Amino acid sequence: MATIVQALRRPTSYTGWWSWVTTVDHKRIGILYGATAIIFLLLGGLEALIMRIQLARPDQTVVSPEVFNQLFTMHGTTMIFLAIMPLNAALFNFLVPLMIGAGDVAFPRLNAFSYWAFLGGGIILNLSWLLGGAPNAGWFGYANLTGTAFNPGHGIDWWVLGLQVLGIASLASAFNFIVTIINMRAPGMTLMRMPVFAWMTLVTSFIMIFAFPVITVALVELMFDRFLGTNFFVPSAGGDPLLWQHLFWIFGHPEVYILVLPPMGIISEVLPTFSRKPLFGYPVVVFSGIAIGFMGFGVWSHHMFTVGLGPVANSVFAITTMAIAIPTGVKIFNWIATMWGGSLNTKTALLFAVGFIFTFMMGGISGVMHSMASSDYQQQDTYFVVAHIHYVLFGGSLLALFAGAYYWFPKITGRLLHEGLGRLHFWLTIVALNVTFFPMHFLGLDGMPRRIYTYDPSMGWDLWNMVATIGAFMLAVSVLVFVFNLVTSLRRGERAGNDPWDGRTLEWTVPSPPPAHNFDTIPVVRSRDAFWEEKHRRAIAPVAGGSGRMDPGEEGGYRPGHDPRHSTIHMPSPSYLPVVVALGIVLAAYGLVYHLALAAVGGAIAVAGLYGWYMEPASEPEDTGQ
Amino acid sequence: MQQTWVGGHQVPHPETATGLDHRKVLMWVFLGSECMFFGSLIATYLVYAGRSVVGPFPKEILDIPVTSVSTFVLLTSSLMMVLALAAISRGDVRGFRVWLLATALMGATFLGFQVFEFNHFVHQGLTPRTNLFGTTFFTLTGFHGAHVTVGVVWLLSLVGLSFRKGHVTQENSLKVELAGLYWHFVDIVWIVIFTLVYLIGVTTG
Repeated sequence: MATIVQALRRPTSYTGWWSWVTTVDHKRIGILYGATAIIFLLLGGLEALIMRIQLARPDQTVVSPEVFNQLFTMHGTTMIFLAIMPLNAALFNFLVPLMIGAGDVAFPRLNAFSYWAFLGGGIILNLSWLLGGAPNAGWFGYANLTGTAFNPGHGIDWWVLGLQVLGIASLASAFNFIVTIINMRAPGMTLMRMPVFAWMTLVTSFIMIFAFPVITVALVELMFDRFLGTNFFVPSAGGDPLLWQHLFWIFGHPEVYILVLPPMGIISEVLPTFSRKPLFGYPVVVFSGIAIGFMGFGVWSHHMFTVGLGPVANSVFAITTMAIAIPTGVKIFNWIATMWGGSLNTKTALLFAVGFIFTFMMGGISGVMHSMASSDYQQQDTYFVVAHIHYVLFGGSLLALFAGAYYWFPKITGRLLHEGLGRLHFWLTIVALNVTFFPMHFLGLDGMPRRIYTYDPSMGWDLWNMVATIGAFMLAVSVLVFVFNLVTSLRRGERAGNDPWDGRTLEWTVPSPPPAHNFDTIPVVRSRDAFWEEKHRRAIAPVAGGSGRMDPGEEGGYRPGHDPRHSTIHMPSPSYLPVVVALGIVLAAYGLVYHLALAAVGGAIAVAGLYGWYMEPASEPEDTGQ
Repeated sequence: MQQTWVGGHQVPHPETATGLDHRKVLMWVFLGSECMFFGSLIATYLVYAGRSVVGPFPKEILDIPVTSVSTFVLLTSSLMMVLALAAISRGDVRGFRVWLLATALMGATFLGFQVFEFNHFVHQGLTPRTNLFGTTFFTLTGFHGAHVTVGVVWLLSLVGLSFRKGHVTQENSLKVELAGLYWHFVDIVWIVIFTLVYLIGVTTG
């Protein structure tokens, strides 16, 4: 085994498509995450459109009830695990090392592995359409809808295995970013000088390492029930389907913050830059993020108010849920105060950030309505909840991710996104979003249950369903405008230069796109918003947040301090072992469904890959990467 | 600049913001995550304790004296692990090999007890399919056993690597320390399992 691994020559190329497979560069991995996530976003959007066509009018038969079940399950699973999470991961990867002044992440090969495992999980989930039917029990896969007695096909198997592989990818990535942020900050980059996006990455990574093991256990139990005939969720043997709900939501609610805290970090970067003011109340914003991370673990049963846990449990979870609105509200006030009195530079990124505050707040308010258990009894499993989740995930997470795309695209590619198309994208999105999802509030309060494939004309739901469908098509157009903008700007966009927005953080000190080694010399950080302080400290009065410790002789352009310890740039070398390990895991997953021999082969490949990984030096001595 | 050994090659390793090696921070974070993993498995066991519809029930089948012996062996292996790390930290490679082999051997002995126990239970009519006790018992202790197995392979690999020049030395005793952290964690998890499943379990269910 060892000889096989060692007989394969280590890849050395830094160009060509093969170099993308073997890359361990955090920036290239970030681009891979982003490109893959956009493809999954379009797939998930397509699934949504088919559902909206089916629901546009009563008694339609565009898709069968069975296919409709698969569509809503795959739409939710795709958007959460294959679109928003990896879009966040794309920005973590590309930006966090640059923001904290590091050359790469702590474990570059583990980082590559995270991407390939994510891709493998996405493929397992989506190939299910072709392999006997997609999963059909909803994105939270309630027991015992998922038991073999009620769901004998392979759909749930693909769901379980896909999510397990995605969980491995997320955990590996979270471990990596925690170590990177804790251990690889540049000299002077204390925790309370870190950009808020890096902070939110840290908090999100901690949520991931504590939340994902719980869903892993729940999925293992479900997997054992399906593959080995155990009794975890089998009521006839005394098993309790409620256990699944608890385990799922102990993961599932923190997952909501995994989806939304990084976008909050994006907003906290975009607003100060385009308001030309430091973030208002930086420490409060940071601590609110941490508080949300902690409190997110104490609210899960608000998804289960109608289960019958009793008045004490319902009251406690109602109160903790209401309480979590406080740090969220604090953040919103701080963002508004950041813009207040600022010199606003109304570029597309700022428009999306302001749009985020508006629509996210609406989603937050309907969230607080759900937190009242008695009121939730009326809303549970209706379109009101569908409206809520889309206001926070589309109106929240995705709008912030669009803001981040317009803000950082120039850094990633060296070219600006087209501003006119950007504005068109923004206005289409903000209108279409509200046309699509606002009527769902009415439908929900009118009693339309979620996850029904059709409805009777006598219910009176025709009008708002038609409006929502029209809005969904407008959203599709807006996303196409965005994709068109991405593709054309990539080739013909205006050259960005290092610092097109008068940025504040370290990523704007390096060329666009940044060189493989990021920084020629590791910067020495002397204050929060280090780059901005050094550019502008002569022009403005001292501001909160800057420590003011600067060499008196320095004027004008940014001169990064020089740390002699980092004078040699030693880059990690490319490696194909991460792909090998991920491939082994995916093969093993397919083997569990089809044939145990394949599982054994996959397992052996993964173990051999890990062994080679352990023995292979992170960087070849003769290969400096440049 | 610190020097770090990776796979037999000396590579320069810049100092970290905390002064701790990346791998050590990683191991602690990983163990934090593992707490939630075993926490969920243990919670499942406790939720289902006493809710089996048919037997065999825990008090009919669990053998406290035998498991006490295997528990004693596993916990003693942690002492061997400490001695192995102490040996390599002062450059005593021979001592390191002896103590680490002892650790791995005791881990393997524990696993032998577990194989015996599982086998015995199956003959008594308790499988993962029999009832909720079987389902949760085999899953929880099985995952713990899998962790011990990974640990034994890891320890034996370190012993093997120590025969290749430059792989396990006083300077990179961190490699041993990391394995030690993992090993101690797995032991601590067993203390919880032994207490809840065996000692308390037989009195209640």
